[in-house]
Amino acid sequence: MLTFKDVTFRYPEDEEPMVENLSFDVKRGEFISLIGASGCGKSTIFRLINRLLKPEKGEIFVDGKEIGTIKSYAGYMPQKDLLFPWRTVEKNLCLPMEIQKISKEEQKRRVSEVLKEVGLEEYREKYPKDLSGGMRQRISFARTLLTDADLMLLDEPFSALDALTRMDMQEWLLEQWEHFHKTIVFITHDVEEAVFLSKKIYVITDTPIKELRVEVVPQDYPRDRDFLRCPDIELLKAKLTSLLRKQVE
Amino acid sequence: MKRYLSSGIFIAVLLFLWQLAAGRMDAAYILPTPTGILKKLWELREPLFLVHLPATMKVMAIGLAISVALGVGLAVLMDLSPMVEKALYPIVIASQTIPTTAIAPLFVVWFGYGIWSKIVVTILMTFFPITITVFDGFKSVKREMEELLFSYGAGKKDIFLKLKLPAALPHFFSAIKMAVPLSVIGAAIGEWLGAQSGLGYFSRRMMTQLDGAGVFAPILLLSAMAMILVGIISLFENILIKWRKEL
Repeated sequence: MLTFKDVTFRYPEDEEPMVENLSFDVKRGEFISLIGASGCGKSTIFRLINRLLKPEKGEIFVDGKEIGTIKSYAGYMPQKDLLFPWRTVEKNLCLPMEIQKISKEEQKRRVSEVLKEVGLEEYREKYPKDLSGGMRQRISFARTLLTDADLMLLDEPFSALDALTRMDMQEWLLEQWEHFHKTIVFITHDVEEAVFLSKKIYVITDTPIKELRVEVVPQDYPRDRDFLRCPDIELLKAKLTSLLRKQVE
Repeated sequence: MKRYLSSGIFIAVLLFLWQLAAGRMDAAYILPTPTGILKKLWELREPLFLVHLPATMKVMAIGLAISVALGVGLAVLMDLSPMVEKALYPIVIASQTIPTTAIAPLFVVWFGYGIWSKIVVTILMTFFPITITVFDGFKSVKREMEELLFSYGAGKKDIFLKLKLPAALPHFFSAIKMAVPLSVIGAAIGEWLGAQSGLGYFSRRMMTQLDGAGVFAPILLLSAMAMILVGIISLFENILIKWRKEL
């Protein structure tokens, strides 16, 4: 689904590259978490996939096509919900479809469908200011779904939420993923969140990022929170935490 | 209502002191009393409201309309092209270093005693806040929002129409609220320098007749007009931009 092939990237103000000859794959339908300490370059990888940054060297492929040759290949959900305050929930959801020049009737149909899925049908005509933090994130996720891309890039989407809402949202996200069969790459610096959500965890251990260390979570879906207390999962969490700590030191 | 109470009391105290001081001075040609000004306003209601107020409003309306078109147009051009921004921005700033009252007589020479010399003064005074404030509005758009639209495949036009334009609306209203009082000043200055009608012209005529209250009456009308217009614009702003605090 997503392939990085020998990608090198350097910020103009830096001497050292942020990413150096990095190669990795994400398979269709996987839920991957990308973890690493703050400032290690997690978001840089997303910005490269979104073409907000251009690699110095190497290529990025989605579905076997080089990303420079295709459009609307990835749905991006940022840390902040970034709902446009002057648009109603419905109009916010229409944004990606307006850009893709999809007909008004089709937009309405898809919005109704997705609002039903995220359980916020009655908020269609409301403005973002009328929604709670969790609701805003659900709408932001729904908007990402409506890009119609099979690859979804979620950049710490729950980091600003309180602990309880965050747990609710994680469980909700897993349900949505199972329902929509999307490929999700999820950035977080929360080890427990990464373990709960993903099948594989890609760990950034060094900068420049030359490789991603892959850790597999030995637990099938559907999941409930109890598995997080299993001894092998506790061991995995401890290992991941120690890897992140090493990077900070 | 409560929030206006303190300023209302303060103004009432000032007017009372003014009334006392002017009464003591007893020189209405220099300092008329507030009640004297109101009385004069009533006496001169017909020429003031039927002839001179419409004349000034016409200058303001045309001047403001041109300023909005020019200001917003320049702001859009500067936002679209960094090269245009580099070329125009210093000129826009330089235009404000020109002392308007000093250059205004030249406008009378260039454009004559008709309406256009006054309109040019009004434009010169009002296009600057509109250009700069609207341009700042475009620049204040969150980069993450632009990037989000880009990730959806949006081009420059989409980003401008769907993001920058609505995001700059609060700035546009602020610009208009700044420009309206300035347009009153611009029109009045233009009329002072040479006109056949208008509140500025009328005020000057009263000065030559040493009629202090007659000088103040049109000034009072000009201020009231500016305040009413700003109030109406604020009303529209509150209706149209309920989301302002969220930006």
